[in-house]
Amino acid sequence: MEYEVVIGLEVHTELKTASKIFCGCSTSFGAEQNTNVCPVCLGLPGVLPVLNAKVLEFAVRTGLALNCRILPFSKFDRKNYYYPDLPKNFQTSQYDLPIAVDGHLDVEVAGETKRIGITRVHMEEDAGKLVHAGTIAKADYTLVDYNRTGVPLLEIVSEPDIRSAEEAKAYLEKLKAILQYIDVSDCKMEEGSLRCDANISLRPKGETKLGTKAEIKNLNSFKAVQKGLEYEALRQAEVLDEGGRIVQETRSWDDARGQTVSLRSKEQAHDYRYFPEPDLVPMVVDSTWVEDIRRSLPELPDARQARLMKEYGLSGYDAGVITASRAMADFFDATVAAGADAKAAANWIMGELSRHLNAAGREIEECPVAPGQLAALIDLQAKGTVSGKIAKTVFEEMWASGKDAAVIVKEQGLVQISDEGEVVAIVEKVIAANPQSVADFKAGKERALGFLVGQIMKETKGRANPELVNKLLRERI
Amino acid sequence: MELYKQTAHELHAKLAAKEVSAAEITAAVFDRIDTVEGKVRAYITQTRDLAMAQAKAADEKIARGEAIAPLAGIPGALKDNMCVKGVKTTCASQILANFVPPYDSTVAEKLAAADAVVVGKANLDEFAMGSSCENSSFFPTRNPWDTAAVPGGSSGGSAAAVAAAEAVWALGSDTGGSIRQPAAYCGVVGLKPTYGRVSRYGLVAYASSLDQIGPITRDVTDCALVLAAIAGHDGRDSTSIDAPVPDYSKALVPDARGLKIGLPKEYFVAGMDPAVEKAVYAAIDQLKAMGAEYKEVSMPHTEYALATYYLIATAEASSNLARFDGVGFGHRGEGNDIVAMYKRSRTEGFGEEVRRRIMLGTYALSSGYYDAYYLKALKVRTLIKQDFDRAFGEVDVLVAPIAPTTAFKVGEKVDDPLAMYLQDVCTVPINLAGLPAISLPCGFAGGLPIGLQIIGRPLGEETILRAAYAFEQANDYHRRQAPLGEV
Ligand SMILES: [Zn+2]
Repeated sequence: MEYEVVIGLEVHTELKTASKIFCGCSTSFGAEQNTNVCPVCLGLPGVLPVLNAKVLEFAVRTGLALNCRILPFSKFDRKNYYYPDLPKNFQTSQYDLPIAVDGHLDVEVAGETKRIGITRVHMEEDAGKLVHAGTIAKADYTLVDYNRTGVPLLEIVSEPDIRSAEEAKAYLEKLKAILQYIDVSDCKMEEGSLRCDANISLRPKGETKLGTKAEIKNLNSFKAVQKGLEYEALRQAEVLDEGGRIVQETRSWDDARGQTVSLRSKEQAHDYRYFPEPDLVPMVVDSTWVEDIRRSLPELPDARQARLMKEYGLSGYDAGVITASRAMADFFDATVAAGADAKAAANWIMGELSRHLNAAGREIEECPVAPGQLAALIDLQAKGTVSGKIAKTVFEEMWASGKDAAVIVKEQGLVQISDEGEVVAIVEKVIAANPQSVADFKAGKERALGFLVGQIMKETKGRANPELVNKLLRERI
Repeated sequence: MELYKQTAHELHAKLAAKEVSAAEITAAVFDRIDTVEGKVRAYITQTRDLAMAQAKAADEKIARGEAIAPLAGIPGALKDNMCVKGVKTTCASQILANFVPPYDSTVAEKLAAADAVVVGKANLDEFAMGSSCENSSFFPTRNPWDTAAVPGGSSGGSAAAVAAAEAVWALGSDTGGSIRQPAAYCGVVGLKPTYGRVSRYGLVAYASSLDQIGPITRDVTDCALVLAAIAGHDGRDSTSIDAPVPDYSKALVPDARGLKIGLPKEYFVAGMDPAVEKAVYAAIDQLKAMGAEYKEVSMPHTEYALATYYLIATAEASSNLARFDGVGFGHRGEGNDIVAMYKRSRTEGFGEEVRRRIMLGTYALSSGYYDAYYLKALKVRTLIKQDFDRAFGEVDVLVAPIAPTTAFKVGEKVDDPLAMYLQDVCTVPINLAGLPAISLPCGFAGGLPIGLQIIGRPLGEETILRAAYAFEQANDYHRRQAPLGEV
């Protein structure tokens, strides 16, 4: 049977506030174990939480960027469950009155724009980290690092509007871009600052009733989200095709084995016994404050993509790639502002620059070539001072040394030879030295011309203007 | 009169006049503790070294001619559910038997800033759950007026310490009557402030939306002084009220002219001791004689208050006490895995009444029961608040009994938790509504004190202090001494 896949995502993102959600401890990543702690985040007897105002502001900013309605009256609740990484054995979270509801974001999949609903955005505290002596099953003991306890999180819950693993990935990428644009989270999946759980069910095509869902946890990378959901959709389809029934359960994605495995069934599901957090007063959110935050929002990815297309004539695809991260879009804008041709800048950033960044495993913020330097290189190429090929060599050198393009060109004598007289002499010399290739070309072997061009480039160390070389060769053979 | 029997305001005058030193007062209190503590057992921990050092510091200030705060150099006790940095804070529970907090509660900080002297940590019903101090996992405290009787609870140690002159003042915490009822049983003054008036930071929570710290003292004047020392907004407690602290001592005027007092007739429940009822009516007559206007008011939802209280308090407690699991602090029981460790730690660490309330609260919050119990309780709580709002539209203060009887005998109710819960019937509505209320002695029956309750509007501490002061000045109940040391 043909099935429709129905997916909803629950994303947890760590907010990049300087201090934790309910105490003054630092949120810095990678500090020595149990050093970013105090009586409050350790949950010692007698302590009380105080909401970090920045967390509320970030939550409102996120809600607005995701087109949500900000609830004027919102509150915290306690989610009760026992786990050793949770010092109070309850997580302070939001239950029935989250800060933001009813939003959406648009994703582009296979050339089509699709709107994914966002049910809610709520604030909560992170738990600590367990360090097992060996594997969890065989450990003699387990240690707890409370540095992360109380780091502020937002949980962003989508509507079950997602219809494929590819759409899920696109949703996550767009969400990440927006969170980075509005500067509330670093969204580093590898550091756990962006985490994703998925609810997935199948139903026969055309059916409107939802099927039984499974919750998939441990989707720790964009690739895992896509692979995990693809796997689970296939698994559920097989079960249904064999006449079986889907069990409502929580499953975990095992990246190494490439499959999902059952964690616990619905019957074993926790009863979290939510109730209003009595140690925090409800939040009454002032509408003028919300409007101030709305006005302070930066240009978001969709608007920026549209602007790049309109202002610079970039293709939708190129503009989409560049605006997928705020840092890359900023780099692009800075390069253009420094005088570079927009299309050339886009090509360089999406091409050479991205290739180098990927190879080095660096973020664009850590790029050794500044936007102004790239603009200067593009300018040298546009003026014909260097050829496209040489420009790549120059870029290589800029990446390695951080020097300006003009300096490298001068130091290494890389200026393109466009003087016809100079090139003619070399062309004639190469023709005279390679009679066989000349004969081959005349006999119709187009490839022989490439060999001759190569010889000329070798003579000029690649500096001869390639168009000129081509023209002169053809004239003289 | 012996130094330890005097009030804080009397001792303050002597300190300011350099007639006596804080060290002498503190030493006298410890002598008194050494004499009577064997019979009363008010203290879990005595902090002699800390107290003597604080007394010395106060004396040095006086010697330098600096102005001193009203409580400077005056010895008092803290209920053992308030954190004092470096001093064992047990909540009278095995699970915290060896817990030493690395931080100060806000009240401890404020008292230290006022140069007050802390002589020890007073006994209580485990985690403040109880009305007799018999639920302490260490030992029961006795009533100084009759050592065969309970001192009340849960702040039984604090009230008994003040009544037995083992402390000049004390702090208690009141979730459903835990300051007022032991104050009434021990014949001293106890005040539960408006919810949020005193910071809860560093008070080990029983029921967060009901808990409030307050003074237990020998007279109303001291009550006003201690309240002034601990009240005020605290950035570390989100529920603390951001309102200036008035000079409570200015409210102490010895008449009741123009004061409108109301009597909620529903507080005179079946089974009330006639002597208690008589004493409360007599007190109303006295206040009327001093110029108060009187009327009866109706609080129709009073009968649901006890059930409402025991749902909300236990629900919050079930969550507040979840942190005692043997992982980060407190008693750890041995177990082969984490769940076994949790179970052993909590079974060994908590007493029967605490376990009972955790289970009640867990049940009330469970899926399928939440709406019928917890949510319903929240709604009734609102109705009870509205009863008070209506009543305070007509009167300035409400006058009522504190408890249906005087102090009962040790062991009398330990096997009957419901009978024990009924002790709170006149006090829990006030916590549900977050109001201030004071308890002060208004007579004796069979040698045991009877408590009068005066309830005020939110932040109406000045008004109830004034009414209490006027009543106190017309009587001598507060000057009577528990017979303890004299026999
Ligand atoms: Zn902290």
